[in-house]
Amino acid sequence: MLQKLTITLAALAALILVWNLHTILLVLPDEINQGAAFRIIYFHVAAVFTSFCGFFLAMGLAIAYLVKKNLQYDAMSAAVTEVSAVFATVTLITGMFWGRIIWGIWWAWDPRMISYVVCLLFCWGYLMLRKAVDDPTQRARLSAVLLIFTTLDIVIVWKSIEWWRTQHPGPVLSIRNGGGMAPGMEAPIYWNVLALILLATSMALVRMRQESMQREIDAVRRYAHAM
Amino acid sequence: MASKVEPSPALIQTAPRQVKAGFLQQAFAIAGKDLRSEWRTKESINASLSFAIVILLLFSFAFDVSSEFSKEISGGLLWLVFAFAGALILNRSFARELVNDCLDALLSSPASGAQLYLGKCMSNFVMLLIVELMCLPVFTVFYNGLWVSQAPMLLAIFVMGTWGLTAIGTMFSAMTVNLRLRELMLPVLVYPMMIPALMAAIRLTTIVMAGDAVGGDDQIWIRLLIVFDAIFTLLAVTLVETVLVG
Repeated sequence: MLQKLTITLAALAALILVWNLHTILLVLPDEINQGAAFRIIYFHVAAVFTSFCGFFLAMGLAIAYLVKKNLQYDAMSAAVTEVSAVFATVTLITGMFWGRIIWGIWWAWDPRMISYVVCLLFCWGYLMLRKAVDDPTQRARLSAVLLIFTTLDIVIVWKSIEWWRTQHPGPVLSIRNGGGMAPGMEAPIYWNVLALILLATSMALVRMRQESMQREIDAVRRYAHAM
Repeated sequence: MASKVEPSPALIQTAPRQVKAGFLQQAFAIAGKDLRSEWRTKESINASLSFAIVILLLFSFAFDVSSEFSKEISGGLLWLVFAFAGALILNRSFARELVNDCLDALLSSPASGAQLYLGKCMSNFVMLLIVELMCLPVFTVFYNGLWVSQAPMLLAIFVMGTWGLTAIGTMFSAMTVNLRLRELMLPVLVYPMMIPALMAAIRLTTIVMAGDAVGGDDQIWIRLLIVFDAIFTLLAVTLVETVLVG
């Protein structure tokens, strides 16, 4: 059942992505100031949105684990964090390419960019912590607490954008402060958001299954040692 | 048949006294114990202070200390030194209790996890503040720092910033105490978490070191420090029992 859902979601994501790529690359004209490079936004914004949803979902699952003490929530939380880390990396890489073309530099010390690197550092720390603990219950407990701390910290780091001078472009979507994009150019962003969320969900489901299997293997190994 | 053993009067008297002890009293007792033990050995403070001075010295090779530039980066320089030196104190905080299973004894004592955390946090705070106050004259001599006119403000920044570092650091010290790679894991986890507090403390210290008053838009950094301290202290007090006991 779970496997069928994973394949269906991935297939749906692939369909939307192919249709969207056609629209973005062949239908839409170049942007007047940025030329062809503006197309990066369709993947950059969608990846930001997906990774952010993932981080908050992972925190929710971490809280759910601490309340219910069900290891399934821990597996889900770990899977979602890992997938979110992948999309956070996509965000940073696409942003760097755009910055190189438009600003002429790969990296600007912009608070939003710093926040995202901090996000990635947290993910690294989280994954390292999970590797460093052998006992599944202790691992789940420590990972859950770490996720709650880091998500709150990211909100505080993110807030600093308003206090530091920022080089990052302002919001361009109509759902945020009016926006500056033509409606025809804006729609593919939302379709890409949907496609990446579907893709992320199917990836998280695969990763979750691996986590559950790993737990079962560890249990069998412990049982074998005890024999 | 074995005769019934009567508990000694001393034990009977101890129990009601422990129940009566308030939340903060227990925390102060743990902080007192840690500070007393540190006072006897001076292990953490000596290591932390010498490490801090070495970093202050090494920084002098990285840039021209006589220039105006050293004033501009004074805040960053000082707080990086404090953060690095602080990691040595924080690493030892819970690890020192592993010998003779003292941590298990502390956890099975009437003191709750939150009281244990707060006690440890207070002792770490005092130790790190001592190291910072001892580094300040060294920094003044090495880098021609001018902070005397703003001493109360600087002290307030030190207090707020140091509490932020120790509130987070003590919690993560508790998290990593039983891990294989404790000494490696703590800096990896703790430094990214400290970024907002370090950012605010660096900005404020640089202003004060330049001889300016903290006012107008810069007051937002004081608010950030206070909010950071409050949020993470409360969160740590709430979750530390889960980390230590389960």
